Amino acid sequence: MTDAKMSRHDQGFAGRVLLPAYPTVMLGLFFLIPLLIMLSVSFFHRVEGAFYEPAFEFSNYARFVDPFFIKIMGFSIGLSLSAALIAVMIAFPFTYLLTRSGRSLQIVALVFLLAVLSLSEVIIGFSWSTLLSRTAGISNLFVALGLMERTAAYYPSLPALVIGLVYLSFPYTVLVLYPSLSRLDPELSEAARMMGASPAKTFFTVVVPVMRRTIMSTIILAFVFTLGAYILPQTLGKPPHWTLSVHITDQAIFEANLPFAAAMAILLLLVSLVMVAITLLMGNDSKGAKG
Amino acid sequence: MKLIRAIFMLLVLCFMSAPILVVLGVSVNEKKRLLFPPQGFSLNWYLELFTQQAWFNALMNSVIIALLASLLAVSVALPVALYLWQRNSVFARMLFGLGLAPFMLPPVITALGLLIFWVSVGGSGHMAATIISHGVFLVTLPLVTISLGLESMNRQLIEAARTMGADDKTVFLTVIRPLITPYIVSGFAFAFVLSLNEYIIAYMVAGFTVETLPIKIFNSLRYGYTPIMAAVAVLFAAVSIIVFGLVARFGDLPRLLGAAPKDVE
Repeated sequence: MTDAKMSRHDQGFAGRVLLPAYPTVMLGLFFLIPLLIMLSVSFFHRVEGAFYEPAFEFSNYARFVDPFFIKIMGFSIGLSLSAALIAVMIAFPFTYLLTRSGRSLQIVALVFLLAVLSLSEVIIGFSWSTLLSRTAGISNLFVALGLMERTAAYYPSLPALVIGLVYLSFPYTVLVLYPSLSRLDPELSEAARMMGASPAKTFFTVVVPVMRRTIMSTIILAFVFTLGAYILPQTLGKPPHWTLSVHITDQAIFEANLPFAAAMAILLLLVSLVMVAITLLMGNDSKGAKG
Repeated sequence: MKLIRAIFMLLVLCFMSAPILVVLGVSVNEKKRLLFPPQGFSLNWYLELFTQQAWFNALMNSVIIALLASLLAVSVALPVALYLWQRNSVFARMLFGLGLAPFMLPPVITALGLLIFWVSVGGSGHMAATIISHGVFLVTLPLVTISLGLESMNRQLIEAARTMGADDKTVFLTVIRPLITPYIVSGFAFAFVLSLNEYIIAYMVAGFTVETLPIKIFNSLRYGYTPIMAAVAVLFAAVSIIVFGLVARFGDLPRLLGAAPKDVE
């Protein structure tokens, strides 16, 4: 055993240097360096009509204390958090029930959710705006059922945007919860059932408390995921509903203010990193989990 | 109780499939209007996607970018996964973390970084820039699947091969490669589907010259709706379902997504 272990660690030049060299160069050059350039541009000085000139000033960051900007930031956080909370509230019981279903049902549901997760945000925005439209939307169904007099459009509006964001983050949330919930020891809930607890009581008094850390970190991950939404605020919401992601692109492409866009992206990066770090520190619920 | 459960699951699945079903209905309208329920039945809009030059170009761009970018993603992910598996060193773990990072962050951050990068080095507006950007952004997916494949591999097999005198290259080609090939293929498939659907990086890096299908749809939305968009949406949903369906058919999808291995159950 020790010999085998030794040989694995003793693979010479090819294994030690050549193997990691190519991916290090690729990830460094096309991911790390772009982020570093972006960081430096965030301190640059904007030149009207051109891009920017090298400088070291904090004026781009100073704009963060602007009431207008604070409103955007507050709205983005509130919106993403609400969507993440709703998504997890639906996804947790759904995933719990899914992991307790037969394997073939699980596979069908997972294939479907993966397909929705990978659907372009553009397509999701287009699909929901069709579903909420006057000519092809859900109101046609209500009229046909006699619930409404005439058809109506439900977008652009804040509720439409929230529904779209919940739809967007739901499959992601299920897939984040799936590993922990499918490894949850079935004996745990069986024990509660043996002691006379109803399935609903077992769920709320045993499963939810045992999984509370997983739930917390899923909310945070769903929140970061929703913060990245970029198309939906533009298709389902109105301009006051534009989030930080939309404003970053707007500043970069249409206002040609790359330094300010970069400063906002760095802020978003820091917020996301802190959030992801919190989930890593919290760890997973090891109690009651197996495998 | 069973009934309430079934109703809840059914409601959620209805919510998740409603927009896709409506778009499916819209895509077969006879006239150039978005109506639901559809009036008449025609597959004309699917045909238009291939016959209208602008839409066909966007389709070809998307497919070329997705194919090459996912190949690139696999080529970067494979050595990282192998390296981490061979030696669990700090550097290996850092490299692994770097491979996961693009996917954990809101994509607009990577997109803006890449926009500034390509503007600085002069590749902005070229398809090669989109391919490289997608390739690096999507490394996460094959990285996760290949690492999972290596983890689930029985190490005794490799030790046995070594005891019998096989060198590194032989071990890799005859033992490791066949065992992880399904994981490489699923990583490639995941990256392919996501590249096909990706909007913001493609848009920021070269959106004004290299129009992909998501960019084309978003640009067209401003000038009004056409059922071709619905046809593209249905086509994309179908491609994803087929790809993930194949992954599930030939591999263990629950395991790939983090469920405990079957024998533990």
